[in-house]
Amino acid sequence: MGIAAEALKDFKSFRLKELPEVEPLGSGHRACQGCGEILALRQVMKAIGSNSIVCSATGCMEIVTSPFPQTAWNVPWLHVAFENAAAVISGVEAAYKALNRKGRIDQPDVVFIGYGGDGATADIGLQALSGALERGHNIVYVCLDNEAYMNTGIQRSSSTPYGAMTTTSPPGKKSIGQSTWKKNMAAVAAAHEIPYVATASPGYPVDLMNKAKKAALVPGPAYLHIYSPCPTGWRCDPSVAVSVSKLVVQSKVFPLFEVIDGHWTLSRKIAKPKPVSEYLKSQRRFRHLTESDIQFIQERIDAEYEELLTRCGLKSDGGESKEEKKEG
Amino acid sequence: MSKRVGMEVSIAAAEAVALANVDVIAAYPITPQTHIVEHLSEIVADGHLDAEFVPVESEHSAMSCCVGAAAGGARTFTSTSSQGYALMSEICYIASSLRLPIVMAVANRALSAPISIWNDHADMMMSRDTCWIQTVAENGQEVVDLLFHAFRTGEDRRVLFPVIVNLDGFILTHMIEPIILPDQEEVDRYLKPYEPQMRLDPRNPFTMGPVGMPEVYTEVKKAQDEAFKASYPVILEAWKEFGDQFGRYYKPVEAYKTEDAETILVTMGSISETAMTSIDAMRESGKKVGLVRIRLWRPFPFDDFFDAVKGAKRLVVVDRAMSFSGGCGPVCVEVKSALYDRGHYPYIHNVLGGLGGRDVTVENFAEMADDVVRAHETGAPMGYEIINVRE
Repeated sequence: MGIAAEALKDFKSFRLKELPEVEPLGSGHRACQGCGEILALRQVMKAIGSNSIVCSATGCMEIVTSPFPQTAWNVPWLHVAFENAAAVISGVEAAYKALNRKGRIDQPDVVFIGYGGDGATADIGLQALSGALERGHNIVYVCLDNEAYMNTGIQRSSSTPYGAMTTTSPPGKKSIGQSTWKKNMAAVAAAHEIPYVATASPGYPVDLMNKAKKAALVPGPAYLHIYSPCPTGWRCDPSVAVSVSKLVVQSKVFPLFEVIDGHWTLSRKIAKPKPVSEYLKSQRRFRHLTESDIQFIQERIDAEYEELLTRCGLKSDGGESKEEKKEG
Repeated sequence: MSKRVGMEVSIAAAEAVALANVDVIAAYPITPQTHIVEHLSEIVADGHLDAEFVPVESEHSAMSCCVGAAAGGARTFTSTSSQGYALMSEICYIASSLRLPIVMAVANRALSAPISIWNDHADMMMSRDTCWIQTVAENGQEVVDLLFHAFRTGEDRRVLFPVIVNLDGFILTHMIEPIILPDQEEVDRYLKPYEPQMRLDPRNPFTMGPVGMPEVYTEVKKAQDEAFKASYPVILEAWKEFGDQFGRYYKPVEAYKTEDAETILVTMGSISETAMTSIDAMRESGKKVGLVRIRLWRPFPFDDFFDAVKGAKRLVVVDRAMSFSGGCGPVCVEVKSALYDRGHYPYIHNVLGGLGGRDVTVENFAEMADDVVRAHETGAPMGYEIINVRE
């Protein structure tokens, strides 16, 4: 049994009707109406609880939760810069490790959380994250992926999906919009052979919270990649954050999985997938795409899903598990 | 009692950091700083120092990790040079603004391009305004002593700023010198265990590094400036107590044979010893030349500097970094501020030299002292000159 599996062998799932009442990330923040990112972050913090220290990358979640002299944080929270949340939290972890060992403090169970958006994680912060994962710090790193630089005004990142309109990937006579495929950041993290990697979506809060709790429980680095709808940047109604968070999974665009000690496990098998077109049509950032563009995307999504099933040791004809259906 | 032994200055610096009982070291290799962190990692590996040695993947992460560690309540150290210092400089500003007393040894080295691993002060000047206390060592003993002083001063609750000890790359880092390393008991007497005023602790949560809107940003910066200036007497106090305990007294500026000097050379760092050798020879031939060496670069000791040079008719200020198209080099800017703001206008000649590892020799200092007399007497316009250029 690997170290993550060993740490999780008595894992108890959250229950939707008995979620913890604790709110380490409190109300009163200034996120946009319908923000899926703050929803995801709240779920992470509820799952991990108050015995934690959080380091934030620069970005929406930093700006909206900490306008001095106000704060939405009920746990210690540190923001330093854009590209270094993983390095900063590794320093906090190292401090606690040294001070506990030297007998100057007695707080061995604190959880160290670093988070950033997709730009802070997959682009500018990738080096610092890779270093922190490789060094084996006991940290949880959370990527809140809203698929573009939203805080600076919706510019493309390497995590922006193919075809999406952003302010630096505008569609035009000679442009489809984003011309590159979304970076598979969870696979990049998994390639570091860390104990725990998972993808999650706030449309499935129990699954997300279970994964956050597991990430906190495993010794060593854990990486969570969380789909985080941005109605403002995606040009959709503020009411749709939760519904697109489900649709993205149901259309296989953002599959939910875990990589525990290197073993890939599908969290939610999609027996009857919804067409990708339904997902794309839910957001105006994709409205310029033609039928043939959508067909191209559908084919690649299908192929990637098959590849994921193979990685998870599954064939493509199974059904959803009972446990997962409860949340659906 | 401690005795004087010959050792490489980088090794002595690492031993000093270990004697300071640091908790977290984050470092990335760059020449000529490497021997310091190599030896520290050995000390940790051998179990002589109980610390986390975090071998980060860049200097940017080194400083980021130090910020996290210091915010977590650890006594924290790193070391860098040149390009690495440039890479981490973004976070250096944040470390001081968050009031985290990190200590860093900077093995001063030229900045690219062309790439040069050799010594000058370009890196020190690049980060002049990061709001770190900066001292500049002249020799190996001073490196060791300034490191103890750095932890003591930075962690003082009347200060709470990070501190850099500058030491000339190769000229000091790779030099074997006779050095007195105090024993642990003596260090512990001077340097109490670090007790952070605030640290990231789930039992007492606070928000660190929030957004500063235009309504507060200026006030924050003004408060930071006031606090930084207020560190000055504490820096002096920590030197006084160091002297009382160890017998080696340090000051923000050192004067050498300046009592009746008509010409004063102004230097920083290891070339000051070369300058003193030159001055001894000039004094023997009856020239009234002295030296003022700046040890405290930030906060700049304006009053002490003024008092040290006010009797001279002429100054030669030696800068070891370029300020392209500026009126003079960065040290000379401060010198002119110190004097002109006090209504004092001696003849000032600015020499830029010792760039990228080029030696500044005993003869060079003699030439500078002669040249400035001639220039002053002939009424040549004041300006700057790059010396030792092959043209």
